[in-house]
Amino acid sequence: MLRFAVRRLISAVLVLFAVSVLTFLIFNVIPAGDPAVRMAGKVPTKPQVEAIREEWGFDDPIYVQYGTMMKKLFTGDTVSYFTQLNVVDEIIKGAPRTFALAIGAAVLSLLFGVILGVYGARHAGQWSDRAITLLAVLGLSLPVFWLGALMNHYLGFELGIFPNGGYVEFGESPTGWFWHLMLPWIALSFLFVGFYSRVLRSDILETENEDFVRTARAKGLTEKQVMNRHVLRNSLVPIITLWGLDFGFILGGGAILTEAVFNLQGVGQYAAESIEQLDQPVIMAVTLFGAFFIVLLNAVVDIVYAALDPRIRLEDARAP
Amino acid sequence: MPEGGRVATAEGAAAPAGAPEQATLGAPAGAGPWRLAWRRLRRNRATLVFGGVFVALVLFCIAAPLYAKHVAHTGPYENHLSDTIEQDGETVNVVGFDGVPIGPTWRGEFLLGADDNGRDVMVRILYGGRNSLLIGVSAALITLMLSILLGLVAGYMRGRVDGVISRMMDVLWAFPVVLLGVALGTSLALGGFELGPVSVGPGSLLIPIFVISIVYVPYMARPVRGQVLILREQDFVEAARSQGAGPLRVMFAEILPNLASTMIVFFPLLIANAILLEAALSFLGAGVQSPEPSWGTMIDSGVERIITAPMLTIAPGVFLVATVLALNVFGDGVRDAFDPKGRVRMEH
Repeated sequence: MLRFAVRRLISAVLVLFAVSVLTFLIFNVIPAGDPAVRMAGKVPTKPQVEAIREEWGFDDPIYVQYGTMMKKLFTGDTVSYFTQLNVVDEIIKGAPRTFALAIGAAVLSLLFGVILGVYGARHAGQWSDRAITLLAVLGLSLPVFWLGALMNHYLGFELGIFPNGGYVEFGESPTGWFWHLMLPWIALSFLFVGFYSRVLRSDILETENEDFVRTARAKGLTEKQVMNRHVLRNSLVPIITLWGLDFGFILGGGAILTEAVFNLQGVGQYAAESIEQLDQPVIMAVTLFGAFFIVLLNAVVDIVYAALDPRIRLEDARAP
Repeated sequence: MPEGGRVATAEGAAAPAGAPEQATLGAPAGAGPWRLAWRRLRRNRATLVFGGVFVALVLFCIAAPLYAKHVAHTGPYENHLSDTIEQDGETVNVVGFDGVPIGPTWRGEFLLGADDNGRDVMVRILYGGRNSLLIGVSAALITLMLSILLGLVAGYMRGRVDGVISRMMDVLWAFPVVLLGVALGTSLALGGFELGPVSVGPGSLLIPIFVISIVYVPYMARPVRGQVLILREQDFVEAARSQGAGPLRVMFAEILPNLASTMIVFFPLLIANAILLEAALSFLGAGVQSPEPSWGTMIDSGVERIITAPMLTIAPGVFLVATVLALNVFGDGVRDAFDPKGRVRMEH
């Protein structure tokens, strides 16, 4: 088990390394033109460009450039040329907001995903199931930034029930914090609830046909016992996997659109703004930050899986 | 993986997962898998209705020039900043002195109102829809081709080739989807790029098409590879090989046709996701570049004006959601009909 975990973590580190190389290449090799000019932002001045060229060593060979970039990122020396603010500091400032969004949305989406999925499966074919299915597909079809903008406008601005975007520190006012995050949580989890409830519903319906479920019924367990002990326990596994991966995705600031539309000032919005300003050092840093959480949660999910199911470990050991 | 019994079909009763096989037994001799799938699809009223909605939306967008010329009497780029129109017997400025454009008139001219520059919103939605649909469909096609190619080669060759391709997919997979798209989009849109003899300008639609198609490749190539791994062990592949067919022939003449149903199943869902990603990229300024309209760019500029002119946000969004919803429901029906074994994981 330990060997599997170590192997999985090593491969995660390798993937991260590759991600950093690829991000670097996307910005420094693919596009034509002078990288120093691009890095200087939208209105570069000549001395600024010269200074950047010097600082980042754009005249050096490409692998040296990569080394410089990584060194700057890890020592925390990276500074945005647009805002003159330290990138690492900004990420540390935005992270609690992003984490708050991620945790709340993850809890909500899992809770409602499971409730609706189980309900849909138990009432399969009835009108209530169809309504849930349609709602779920609607959730998958709504662009979160559009939904968010409308919620903000109508529930926040017009009706004044919720604040019109923004964020309040938890220490400042716990209720304000909660109230400000309410709409972002709902908007973001709407998508995931739709996804989870559909997957869970179909998994439950499939598990219902398994022999062990028939056995459980045959030996006289109640419907509730069959559902909780046998069907759900098996059907929840894929959902938990997806949930873990999505959680990593949002933790890393992947919910760029949600953060931007609700003005949460988290890592994701920082990413969105840096993109608008073409603020390259920031884009580089937030991409790696996001990839870190995705890769980490991927590895965690795999390891938890292997701990639960010995077959996976064996398979991995057999693979070349 | 049958999507949990075909409960959403017209019959309304939950069919067990084994239903397709029974249907095969009960069908008259000679009905192949394609005909059976078609029969199942035809019975599913929801799928047909939503498929029809999608086709209608596409036709409407294709007819954009006709609408612009004969109904709205204006083009997608034509400003009417200083123009006036008759409304309820009064003469109204298209864009008021306070900069607020008129709302919906619910008739030919300015059906859904005007935007900041006094451009007809409905006309721009139709032209924007052309761009959004064009990008969605072409990106989905390219994703499909790339992932079929990669999945085929990786699954058939296995070993080191598979290792290289799969690791590449892992890396792409590790990127946050929107961030990867945006990173590629901004860096390409900034100066355009040249690929051999092809030179692409900064505002070209080819950039979002290219970006979106790359981003979704891992989501599609993985299930394809998985299927190829199973198919390559089948007897018909062994038979082809023993007749002297080389790897290329086996891959493209024997295995590829068996992937057809997978491709059909994923195509509508891929288009839906590509359209959503286009909107997201455009919303962040990394997709379609102004003055070219698309649903995403229209929502983006609409949100800035949401307080005075909410229609500028609502209208393009409704068209976007209607299109994506129609594609998703239609795609689900197609998946039920073709009963695929794989399941792709896609979100935005």
